[in-house]
Amino acid sequence: MSLILSRRDLDFLVFEWLDAAALTSRERYQDHSAETFHQVLDTCEAIATDHFAPHNKLNDQNEPQFVNGGAVTIPEVKRALAVYSEAALIAPGQLYEYGGMQLPALLEKACAVWFRAANIATSAYPFLTAANLNVIAAYGEDWQKERFIPPMTEGRFFGTMCLSEPQAGSSLSDVRTRAVKQDDGIYRLYGTKMWISGGDQDISENIIHLVLARSPDGIPGVKGLSLYIVPKFLVNEDGTLGERNDVVLAGLNHKMGYRGTTNTLLNFGEGGHRPGGEAGAVGYLIGQENNGLACMFHMMNEARIGVGSGAVALGYTGYLHAVDYAKSRQQGRPNGAKDPTTPQVALTRHTDIRRMLLAAKSYVEGGMALALYCARLVDEERTAQTPEARVEAHLLLDMLTPIAKSWPSQWCLEANSLAIQVHGGYGYTRDYNVEQFYRDNRLNPIHEGTHGIQGIDILGRKVVMQGGAGLNLFNATLEKTVARAKASGDETLAGYAGELHAALDRLNAVTATLHAINDQERTLANASVYLEAFGHITVAWIWLEQALAALGKAGDFYDGKRQAARYFFRWELPKVYPQLDLLETLDDTTLEMQEAWF
Amino acid sequence: MKVLVPVKRVIDYNVKVRVKPDQTGVDLANVKMSMNPFDEIATEEAVRLKEKGVATEVVVVSIGPQQAQETIRTALAMGADRGILIVTDQDAEPLAVAKLLKAVIAEESPNLVVMGKQAIDGDNNAVGQMLAALLDWPQATFASKLEVTADKATVTREIDGGLQTLDVSLPAVITADLRLNEPRYASLPNIMKAKKKEIAMKTAADYGVDVSPKLKVLKVTEPPKRSAGIKVADAAELVGKLKSEGVL
Repeated sequence: MSLILSRRDLDFLVFEWLDAAALTSRERYQDHSAETFHQVLDTCEAIATDHFAPHNKLNDQNEPQFVNGGAVTIPEVKRALAVYSEAALIAPGQLYEYGGMQLPALLEKACAVWFRAANIATSAYPFLTAANLNVIAAYGEDWQKERFIPPMTEGRFFGTMCLSEPQAGSSLSDVRTRAVKQDDGIYRLYGTKMWISGGDQDISENIIHLVLARSPDGIPGVKGLSLYIVPKFLVNEDGTLGERNDVVLAGLNHKMGYRGTTNTLLNFGEGGHRPGGEAGAVGYLIGQENNGLACMFHMMNEARIGVGSGAVALGYTGYLHAVDYAKSRQQGRPNGAKDPTTPQVALTRHTDIRRMLLAAKSYVEGGMALALYCARLVDEERTAQTPEARVEAHLLLDMLTPIAKSWPSQWCLEANSLAIQVHGGYGYTRDYNVEQFYRDNRLNPIHEGTHGIQGIDILGRKVVMQGGAGLNLFNATLEKTVARAKASGDETLAGYAGELHAALDRLNAVTATLHAINDQERTLANASVYLEAFGHITVAWIWLEQALAALGKAGDFYDGKRQAARYFFRWELPKVYPQLDLLETLDDTTLEMQEAWF
Repeated sequence: MKVLVPVKRVIDYNVKVRVKPDQTGVDLANVKMSMNPFDEIATEEAVRLKEKGVATEVVVVSIGPQQAQETIRTALAMGADRGILIVTDQDAEPLAVAKLLKAVIAEESPNLVVMGKQAIDGDNNAVGQMLAALLDWPQATFASKLEVTADKATVTREIDGGLQTLDVSLPAVITADLRLNEPRYASLPNIMKAKKKEIAMKTAADYGVDVSPKLKVLKVTEPPKRSAGIKVADAAELVGKLKSEGVL
């Protein structure tokens, strides 16, 4: 049994529940078959096992160093990524014309989680590269696509996204980096970017930065932002590397986890290098001026779902490590058994250990199912038969994105905490792996839109967008599952369906109450609580879906699914009621708290 | 030059093997199956011969259930050109496998057979040797290095005392040991290409070979659990014990 992920569970979710094989009837995916899907997953599991997992701890213990103006990583990272690139895994979902293999998003996600779980830090480099090249593919001019995409799909160039600045993290409207247009239409950028993952490294030949910047005399706020391609080395027309661009590594951040991924402070245009004889980082506009936010959100939505699935992967591997430990570690005797001459029992014999493992199982398998469901929506968005179905898939994905990002970041992190708890004192030592998974995962509620931002997104934007169309679709989607469960003939599932429907009704009532007042600050004051309740209802639905997919199937695997669904409905879903009660009162305790009182 | 690579679908090397409660064999229900690792090495070597321009065609052959197609597909994704599956639900014994391979060779006329030294399920280490004997071809087993020219193969073999290098004239049977190479991963583009490659479906009857078992399995049991060690009082007692056990 792999401790990275459960292939059995992935096969269940991808093939039995989400019916990956049906996608091969879509034109974009017609060269594939269920058999190629299985083979691709075999390759991913093998490479993750042989080349990613073995240096995960080494990466953590040997974080990148700042040497002679550049970031130096351990050689294992480069070797692993060379194998990864050779297997054509950088952008397997892209179109053939961009060097991809038109793998469905569902399978691309099922592949990606192997690497996230095996070594989140090493896998960050190609995932950032994929997000980057997807933006260029979507918005770039032809010459930009031709020059930058092939070296990225081949793994020779890596990509980054440069949005934050020291004074502008969550607040992108305060981005100050300037982009000055020259007579030849090329831009020069000046400014400082903070928290840039992969901003410098010694793994790839070149680094393609996507940089959010503004025209010096442009519109203030987010509406004046544009997106630029800024390579570390300029790229000549024939694809060879040219002059060093004016992008300079100013420092490395020293993080709690994710240590193998360089995280950088970058200076643009301070004259550290002088391409064409003058200071200023050479940049090429992507799409239209002042349209940077739209381009960025293409990347950001993908990144947010990616953060969620990364959180799932880390939680999942932690859970598997805990199960493995609990099955083999003999400790203590069952409650009531006092005879010290009897042998000790395995940890799994203790109910409280089983409670923790069951909680973790419900979080990580629920999170994995949600992540894969979202990926399946991407496939619908791209290839559904009718334009209406494609629009609908897009809308539902838009609705679920803050949940897909935040829920695993909170609850699969909790699974990592439980994995440490199951290990006891050993789990708190660095001799075991579970503390690293926790530290690595602790990033996920923070980056690509903090938990707080996701709360504002779901309550302030998503439930009211298009006159509530997104919320209506969410309701209709859950109600379909409720109806199927009620019609399934299974009393237990029909019971869950009733509970889910009741919670959904309550959520809708509270949503209406929150938006009935004309005071946005108060409406959004407790948005994080709303986000949690919305997330738990979403995942309860996902568990009902899984239980339906397991209906009538026998064996330990399916019994485990049923028990985890039962756990979620008995223990987790009821947690939303006190949250919704609090929200309904429009409680202003936090809103009225004064700075001076802290 | 045509190279034939026999491949076997076996229980994955990562799986913890469990004996069936009735002791008739190993439990294969819901167990991950993969290509025998030594066959992966043999396939890799054949593909490298093709990439070097020595071989012109690599044909893989498997004997097993319908699902052994997946094993062949993996070999095709590594770079083999086409496959032959001889479908049998019977777990063919080494001699039957060797006879079937001999029959395939009579049809295909390869110049070289590269195969795993043994399959990790039965660990018999017999088919390569039997096949060479049936064909009356030279054999070089446990290869850790292989160089092939038009009419001979220079093979470095792993033997108890170290390494032995010998020349065999072609056609010949070579069996691969662990250190011969590191097999490649099936890349996504090659998986896609493999989908279009041909797999010929055959039966044992097509080759006139009787695969009914000649051996009888009495029972299959787990290896005995390791028993606890003993404490010795001093070094002299330890040396005495080692001598009496014949270790020293």
